[in-house]
Amino acid sequence: MKKILIYIISLSSLTSQAENITVDAIITKIDKNLNAKSRILTSKMVVHGRRSSRTIESKNWVIGTDKAFTKYLSPAREKGMKMLKLGDKLWTYSPQTDRVIQISGHMLRQSVMGSDMSYNDMMEDRPLKEIYTSTISGSEILADRDHWVITMEAKVKGLPYPKRKAWIDKEYFLPVKEELYAKSGKLLKTSTLSDFKKIQDRWFPSKYKYKDELKRNSKGTEWIIDEVEFNTDIPESRFSKALLRK
Amino acid sequence: MIHFLTKGLLRDRSRSLFPVIIITITVTIVIFAIGFMKGSMNNVFLDTAVIISGHEKVVTRAYKEESQMLPNDLALLDVDQIIINLKKKYPDHFWSPRITFGGLIDIPDNNGETKEQGPVIAMGIDLLNKNSRMTEIWGLDKRLVQGRLPKTSNEVLISQKLATKLNISIGDTATYIGTTMHNAFTTYNFSVAGTFDLRKGQADKQMMLVDISGAQEALDMENAASEIFGFTHSLFYDDDKAVSLRSNYNNSYSDTSDIFSPIMMALRDSSQQMGTMVDFVDAFLMIIGGVFLVIVTIVLWNMGLMNGLRRHGEFGLRLAMGESKGDVYRSMIIEAVLIGFVGTIIGTSIGLTLTYYFQEYGIDYSEVVSTMSTTSMVMPNVFYAKVTPDLYYIGFVPGVVATVLGTMLAGIAIYKREMAQLFKELEA
Repeated sequence: MKKILIYIISLSSLTSQAENITVDAIITKIDKNLNAKSRILTSKMVVHGRRSSRTIESKNWVIGTDKAFTKYLSPAREKGMKMLKLGDKLWTYSPQTDRVIQISGHMLRQSVMGSDMSYNDMMEDRPLKEIYTSTISGSEILADRDHWVITMEAKVKGLPYPKRKAWIDKEYFLPVKEELYAKSGKLLKTSTLSDFKKIQDRWFPSKYKYKDELKRNSKGTEWIIDEVEFNTDIPESRFSKALLRK
Repeated sequence: MIHFLTKGLLRDRSRSLFPVIIITITVTIVIFAIGFMKGSMNNVFLDTAVIISGHEKVVTRAYKEESQMLPNDLALLDVDQIIINLKKKYPDHFWSPRITFGGLIDIPDNNGETKEQGPVIAMGIDLLNKNSRMTEIWGLDKRLVQGRLPKTSNEVLISQKLATKLNISIGDTATYIGTTMHNAFTTYNFSVAGTFDLRKGQADKQMMLVDISGAQEALDMENAASEIFGFTHSLFYDDDKAVSLRSNYNNSYSDTSDIFSPIMMALRDSSQQMGTMVDFVDAFLMIIGGVFLVIVTIVLWNMGLMNGLRRHGEFGLRLAMGESKGDVYRSMIIEAVLIGFVGTIIGTSIGLTLTYYFQEYGIDYSEVVSTMSTTSMVMPNVFYAKVTPDLYYIGFVPGVVATVLGTMLAGIAIYKREMAQLFKELEA
């Protein structure tokens, strides 16, 4: 009986600890899980088109929010294609044309390879704490797990999604579901994150699913992270235009 | 009898020459006016058909719903087989695949770096196939400004406006940046073979033309096409026939439960504006043609009537000489038929010749029209007449029927008047 009482007291203390946590602390923990100074990841993107699905494999090198280099590994048509993002500039190289072409900044908001993800979705890595003011709207049980529902409003200009609503897993401190809104309040995209894995002292999702809510009959895009390394030293030469042709 | 009357007509020019001239002029005007009106209206339709809609076009049901977005992921597949079926089922038409796609065109400098970049609306049309009539109906030979027509699948024609804006020269590489049929990012190098000017205002502002095989390669669309365009062999658009063909095809081949099932649209279905235009033109041609025909019919009727009344003295003399009223009346009508036929045949011949001339050479209205073309309707700048089957016989309505009816009406007086009255008129 004594043991049961101690268990109940300790459980309620843990629960109240979870409930007493501030929204800033939650966001800090999410940022700690998701953000890094740099990352190298190999991933597959499964684009579910209206007629068929296709899988695109790529390797990304990313430093902060400004530098990203992507090399496409498959399928055959895309193999060898490379993309370099420096700030709001984007260059692309394809072996078929053997040309390095600069694409205007607004393309960063466009779909990557016909998927439901934008280049921003794939490369954006700014801590949420820096760019959003967050509030807890409540708690919700999803798939038998307890989640905070957090609403975020942009505090800086020019973000692709000025409003977000996220369901944060109380154990992993990761969003399992997000709704991404335009400034007008129109729902632009929804995303779900799953298959959380412990990688280098952090919980990180190995599967993302994005759905562009503006695309009629969209079946969504899955982004599967096969390998990821955080805070690895990436040489500056990785982000040079010269490397695009090599 | 006819031989005798013909001799009389030839010898007395006051009875034949003037009426034949009047009938000839009137019939010529009728034939040319109707031919020119029909031709001009057909030109409006043909230019829109060539660039935007075909006389008919086949797309997937899903593509039709989102056609403004140029959704090539919803394109038609197995296009060769669809075209074979269309040719077999509708031999009065020729069918040609089309890929319409948007994106950016990037022009490199000597180092391969971007020199100029701008948006482009490209059309993949059947330019290289020897049996294709696309070069002819686009009038590309006449509309080339510089260079030549493409000879290979990776050669393109760029509109003169776009070439000027992006400072493009013949032989330059133009890299297309866009998305494939599977929505994948793609870049593809084309070579600029020539520039063209459709002379249709802003319609070709950002236009690039490429052979369908080049477009299929660039967009990963093997044996696929956004649309299949159909045109009548005569290039004359008949709305009733087009609508009937569309309904027949859709009832036979289109499955409402399958979004990738093909569906046919007539020219009138390409936009609401076009549908209204087709209805307006039909009504306009019917009203103007009808009113015009009635007016000239009245003119010729009146001429027949006047000719008959003018000869009352002669009829009085012929009756006095013992000819029966019936014989006089019949001879008048046969004369009218002869005059009507001769005038109509000459008038029809001249009218058809004139119409044919303007069918070939047209009348140039470039200055007026360049501001009138829109994205859903393209206005022609040279209006051509059109020789249609009805022009071969429509002149007989005023030329023969009206003249004979006028003469018949005048002849009734012969029966009504007394012999003495006719003699009085003879004395006068």
